[in-house]
Amino acid sequence: MASYPAGYKYTKDHEWVELAGDRGKIGITDYAQQQLGDVVYVELPEVGAKLKQGQSFGTIESVKAVSELYAPVSGEVVDVNATLKDKPEVVNADPHGSWMIVVKLANTGEAGALLDASQYQDLVK
Amino acid sequence: MEQATEAPLKKTPLNARHRASGARMVPFGGWDMPVEYSGIVAEHLAVRTRAGLFDVSHMGQIEIAGKDALAAVQRISSNDASKLAVGQAQYSGLLTTEGTFIDDLLVYRLAPAHFLLVVNASHIAADYAWIAEQIKPAGDAVAVDASSRYALLALQGPAALEALQPLTGVDLAGIKYYWFAHGEVASVRATISRTGYTGEDGFEIFVPPQSADRVWQAILESGRAAEVIPAGLGARDTLRLEAAMRLHGNDIDETTTALEADLGWIVGWKKDDFVGAAALRAQKANGVTRKIVGFEMLDRGIARQGYDAYVGGSDAPAGKVTSGTQTPYIKKAIGMAYLPVAHTAIDTEFDVDIRGRRTRARVVPMPFYKRQR
Repeated sequence: MASYPAGYKYTKDHEWVELAGDRGKIGITDYAQQQLGDVVYVELPEVGAKLKQGQSFGTIESVKAVSELYAPVSGEVVDVNATLKDKPEVVNADPHGSWMIVVKLANTGEAGALLDASQYQDLVK
Repeated sequence: MEQATEAPLKKTPLNARHRASGARMVPFGGWDMPVEYSGIVAEHLAVRTRAGLFDVSHMGQIEIAGKDALAAVQRISSNDASKLAVGQAQYSGLLTTEGTFIDDLLVYRLAPAHFLLVVNASHIAADYAWIAEQIKPAGDAVAVDASSRYALLALQGPAALEALQPLTGVDLAGIKYYWFAHGEVASVRATISRTGYTGEDGFEIFVPPQSADRVWQAILESGRAAEVIPAGLGARDTLRLEAAMRLHGNDIDETTTALEADLGWIVGWKKDDFVGAAALRAQKANGVTRKIVGFEMLDRGIARQGYDAYVGGSDAPAGKVTSGTQTPYIKKAIGMAYLPVAHTAIDTEFDVDIRGRRTRARVVPMPFYKRQR
């Protein structure tokens, strides 16, 4: 059984967000990487891109398929994890440590509606 | 990946074994099949460097027998079966009158007047109905759908021979590529064929369904020292793509002819009449207007089945990608596509629309991967 960090918030689309002040670090969950299988390609937005909650912010590809990545919160992209360009497989190895983007939150209240770790665990069990 | 249908999924004799072993199961061609065990990449690399064991019992078996069996096979199968000795197999196509693919298959000559056709899982019923109808004029020959009488295992990779040899009295080294022998594996009656769909050396092993699990377990046990692992359909697909083997439903279908698919070598040009012959002879005389190519991506991105291809800076799609992925062994985004014949020379560049983004690709020789012999 995977452990889902208690400090993160989760979406039904299997992204996580770690909030710190007005910043949110975003990645995909262990459940998501298991469903995808071996990740071979991650396509992420540029710094400066404006995201709306629920909107696609990129794609993640396994050998078999392409999946959309959905923004758990609205905001402006302020950092992108460049490591994933050459080492996309770290998403499989360490999904909860492999952040994809950091956004400056447009609305700090928005994350309140997301799932907490135990709610997410119930969703995927 | 095919979607689940209303009809209940069929199960191979190894279904319980796959589930007990923790394989990820998916619906495929009406069957409940393992797509991966330990992961597509790990399984793919195992087959390239050691060996992997696949359950391909979903494949169909159609037997044609009778005094005029050869004539019957010659009519429905594009390749020239008269070239087959008893104990030999060949790749071939079941073609429409337009020379396009109803299915692709392997033809085994079991006896002078007894052939075994191995066809794709999702086409068994349609292939059988078509074959039974088409061979009526051939005389004394009858087709039987024997799929339920066979389980089929594929042991593929450089360690296949050493893993299998301790289980059989058949001298495996004596079986040449695309030949087969009858014998036993783990004391189970088996037909052992030196064929496969991975681009590696290996064997496909036909056994009675009730003994499939015993043989499966015996091979994994025998292959333990060589680190032979079970593998699923996901790795089978990436392996066959690196080896540039066509996949029916992707790279060949009822819209693509044998010549367009660059499979002229499976057409028995010297044969008498066969289904599709007239159309293919005309197309050979006139030349094809489009042809399959192998490509690799120059820009970052993975071109996948169904994506549009563009040539010469035109805004109108000129062709389509039929297979494509990032492959685990050669570690490149590769694929196959149909392009106008003027744009199919090696090194020709073209664009693929990857979800709205024009992405550069280059025509390269196939196969993408060729094993060292």
